[in-house]
Amino acid sequence: MKPAAFEYFAPRTVEQAVDLLAQHGDQAKVLAGGQSLVPLMNMRLARPAVIVDINRVDGLEYIVAAPAVLRIGALTRQRAAERSRLVAERCPLLRDALRLVGHVQIRNRGTVAGSIAHADPAAELTAVLTALDGEVVARGPGGTRVIAASDLFVTYLTTSLDPREIITEVRFPALPPGTGWSWMEIARRHGDFALAGVGVVLALGGGVITEARIALTGVGPTPVRATSAERLLTGRAPSEGLWADAAEAVRAAVDPDGDIHASAEYRRHVAGVLVQRALCEALTRVREAA
Amino acid sequence: MGTRYVGARIARNEDPALLRGRGLFVDDVRLPGMVHAAVLRSPHARARIHGVDTRRARAVPGVLAVYTHADLGRLGAPLPKLIPHPSLIHHKTQCPLASDAVRYVGEPVALVVAESRYLAEDACDLIEVAYEPLPAVASVEEAVRPGSPLVHEDIGTNVCARYTQQTGDVDDAFARAPHRFRERFVVDRGAACPMETRGVVAPWDARTGLLEVWDSTQAPIPIRNGLAAMFGLLQHNVRVVAPDVGGGFGAKIMMFYPEEVLVPWAAMRLGRPVKWIEDRRESMVAMNQEREQIHDAEIAADGDGRILGVRTVFLYDSGAYIPYGLIVPIVASTTLPGPYRVPSYRCEFAAVFTNKTTVSPYRGAGRPHGVFVMERLLDRVARELGLDRAEVRRRNLIQPDQFPYDVGLIYQDNAPLRYDSGNYPLCLERALDLIDYAAWPARKQAARSEGRYVGCGVACYVEGTGIGPYEGCRITVEPSGKVVVATGVGTQGQGHMTSLAQIAADALGVTPRDVSVHTGDTALFNWGTGTFASRAATVAGNAVALAAQAVRERARRVAATLLEAPVEEIELAGGKASVRGVPARAVSLGELAVAANPLRFAMPADWDGPGLEAVRYFTPPQGAFSNGVHACIVEVDPETGMLSFHRYVVVHDCGRVINPTILEGQIHGGVAQGLGGAFWEKLAYDEQAQPLSTTFMDYLLPTAAEVPALEVAHVETPSPLNPLGIKGAGEAGVIPVAAAVAQAIEDALEPFGAHIAEAPLSPSRLRQLIAEGRRTP
Ligand SMILES: Cc1cc2nc3c(=O)[nH]c(=O)nc-3n(C[C@H](O)[C@H](O)[C@H](O)COP(=O)(O)OP(=O)(O)OC[C@H]3O[C@@H](n4cnc5c(N)ncnc54)[C@H](O)[C@@H]3O)c2cc1C
Repeated sequence: MKPAAFEYFAPRTVEQAVDLLAQHGDQAKVLAGGQSLVPLMNMRLARPAVIVDINRVDGLEYIVAAPAVLRIGALTRQRAAERSRLVAERCPLLRDALRLVGHVQIRNRGTVAGSIAHADPAAELTAVLTALDGEVVARGPGGTRVIAASDLFVTYLTTSLDPREIITEVRFPALPPGTGWSWMEIARRHGDFALAGVGVVLALGGGVITEARIALTGVGPTPVRATSAERLLTGRAPSEGLWADAAEAVRAAVDPDGDIHASAEYRRHVAGVLVQRALCEALTRVREAA
Repeated sequence: MGTRYVGARIARNEDPALLRGRGLFVDDVRLPGMVHAAVLRSPHARARIHGVDTRRARAVPGVLAVYTHADLGRLGAPLPKLIPHPSLIHHKTQCPLASDAVRYVGEPVALVVAESRYLAEDACDLIEVAYEPLPAVASVEEAVRPGSPLVHEDIGTNVCARYTQQTGDVDDAFARAPHRFRERFVVDRGAACPMETRGVVAPWDARTGLLEVWDSTQAPIPIRNGLAAMFGLLQHNVRVVAPDVGGGFGAKIMMFYPEEVLVPWAAMRLGRPVKWIEDRRESMVAMNQEREQIHDAEIAADGDGRILGVRTVFLYDSGAYIPYGLIVPIVASTTLPGPYRVPSYRCEFAAVFTNKTTVSPYRGAGRPHGVFVMERLLDRVARELGLDRAEVRRRNLIQPDQFPYDVGLIYQDNAPLRYDSGNYPLCLERALDLIDYAAWPARKQAARSEGRYVGCGVACYVEGTGIGPYEGCRITVEPSGKVVVATGVGTQGQGHMTSLAQIAADALGVTPRDVSVHTGDTALFNWGTGTFASRAATVAGNAVALAAQAVRERARRVAATLLEAPVEEIELAGGKASVRGVPARAVSLGELAVAANPLRFAMPADWDGPGLEAVRYFTPPQGAFSNGVHACIVEVDPETGMLSFHRYVVVHDCGRVINPTILEGQIHGGVAQGLGGAFWEKLAYDEQAQPLSTTFMDYLLPTAAEVPALEVAHVETPSPLNPLGIKGAGEAGVIPVAAAVAQAIEDALEPFGAHIAEAPLSPSRLRQLIAEGRRTP
């Protein structure tokens, strides 16, 4: 389990990093926390010829609250975000999901942006970004662009990022006051990737649901936004029966794969169970806030 | 003999060094000029090899050598057959490097030695092997089907042994029995996964002719003896050291794994010390595995739930080779009757080759399988006859006045299976008390009324431990007064440095801190077999007791002369010998050691050797039989199939307890591994026998977050078979876990009618079983 030979660069600025990527194209890989890339290299499943280690790049480690959005710099560690007051206040859904990303040791090194860039189909953060309609800011040879979550995730471990681009920032829209949320997942062991997971955001007005956001992980090649269930919920009064209908809508909408850890059928079933439970918890939070 | 330390809960002698990171594991051995080996392994489960081209690999700068089967000469022959058995007709073992065929993913094909492990792995990538992939045998059931591909084509079958053991007239018992129940049980593959993988470092000194081998093995002495024979060296000139070993669980006792031969051989060829450390990915395919058995089992009972007979026919998956012989299936067969009176019993197995990693004993070594079958059968009896599960067990237990109890079978040591002592009803009642079994029906009902599904499981077992042939020990008191104990049984974390020290300390009147225990180095003690089958404490422990007793007697004789008092009046305590009642007339053990080894003068007529030293051996007449009961309470979320353990109770009897802390550690670790085998750890293979769980992301060891707090209680029924009255405890924790957990889950899911007949389970599988139960609560 030793990586194949590679050339190593440790740029100090985003510009240098982007230059290196421009020079080496898809021969190169960005190294952030290394919690996904290094195991792949050690098993020689990834053999980048060039490593661009961004850990020494200045100015990429921050959490800033803009009016309606949290801006998280690319080198912000998952553990830092998890423990951030700003994240807890503005985006508790993100905090709750972060707590279930691997283990403390992993989160001490792993970055928020690295998890998004890696696009593991069972990652928590990709689903949170999707649920919230978040964005990433990418810098490449052609300049800076903003990519919406809905345009980012292409398939397993693949984003629409150009190999010459790096993510400099991830933007999570803040939850308006009074909004309920819930992150629920099933993993074989504490800290494992989820067999299925769901993030829910719920807002009520006049006794009916005014906004419902549901995104799932682990049930397809990319995070899945359950739009049919969201439509079904919006404008209706919350009830156990409604949650069950939403669960059915989610089951109908997802197309998970089976593997050695769980069958496709199991994942589909549990996706519905989690949606039901998450809606229930989110509603409790709405009521607590009121 | 005083017993101040045996039985005491004292801290472990080995921990200060281990906790400070000052242990010495094989990977810590770094020698001048050392080079590194990597093994190229087969990516195919079954393939013919038409050629191996190593030219490109050899051309890599920094690569010293690339070896294939063609380079090995005589050493290329199949590795030793460890434990032959008359029923084992096709005793196949692998060659150190594959010649013309590979039979499992991970089989070694070439060895590269280079200046670094990185370079060695680079070179592995450049070796071109002309494989012709062939259809593989991925399961035992497939292997015995007519027309199945053959793992070893020359023998014309995949069945290498059939063996039957029987006691009583089974068929007659079944013919007459009022009740008979049949089940099919499947126990899947698992892996030992010691925290430290395997590893070998070998320096060869051509001038002294001394070969040293640092090997993370459980059996350094047999390894030394085998290497000496293979390389034509004097045993005296081969030193094998198993230093600190980070877990073995049976999987580090092979005699030989290919690398244990290849690495020293390469060191001798190259004249450079060679290091090979197995990485985790290799370990998941190249370290022996265990557990796969499929039982068709049947029980006959009377109307009161008393057992009239049990019979089972099972398939035992041996993997691609069967170096270790039939130990695992024989242990499974003989553990099955457990603590129960089984008047008639037949156990018939076929050992079967498949294109998967070789199987050899892993903690439990067949015992969990036997217990799973028996306990699940008893649960079936209870359910069908409307009896309480604990009551069915109670009615069938062997009673305390029935020992020694002849089971009527032949055990793994080829001796009759005879339980030496025990108090099975006491253990059961203690466990039922601890889990508050009497209140269970009410608690279960209360949970149900809250919509929760909680179940209770209770499972019993007997564990064969402490088998021969023998172990030995040399004890020396040094002039400093420190006591050195040297024995052949290595330690892989079992606490020998402490438990053996406690035994010696009591005999010699010193503290365990004064006793320095040395194990696993053939230069220090070179007779013995190894640490396996829960035997070290029983066999080596009693050797230590005998040697300490002999040293004690000599010390008293020397002291009697010095202190001018009769021997009978000399006492040993506090590191001194003194005259009874006159504490001021004393001499230290160190002074006695000096006096026992004078520089001048003739020795007295009754002299029996220099210094305060003795060597003694202990050979048990047969195994000693521990036993125990596990009880647990488990909640199942029927919507997700997830478990939460509310309680886990272990009542355990391994005779006299040497150190409760160490014993509980053994039990905790065993239960954790048992839980893995019950719910998390499954080695998955696809239809072409490709392993699918070769990382710890996919092979799920339970962690501290999954293993519940354990409540352990001890019952002490001494063994009459050895002076210390002890029995082994190494495997106890693991044995009945799958049975107890399955029972608890089935109890919890009773409203759904889910039936559990396999291990390990998973949330996904539980959901499926709930669906198959087709009952709605
Ligand atoms: C034992 C273990 C358990 C884990 N469990 C979970 C889990 O439960 N849930 C979960 O979601 N994850 C889990 N992970 C993965 C972990 O969260 C990783 O930290 C994360 O996926 C990647 O972040 P990183 O900073 O370590 O990125 P790296 O490993 O450094 O990089 C990952 C990939 O992203 C690219 N990349 C990284 N940063 C950027 C950037 N700024 N711009 C462009 N590309 C970039 C890299 O080139 C690489 O391709 C686990 C990991 C381990 C080792």
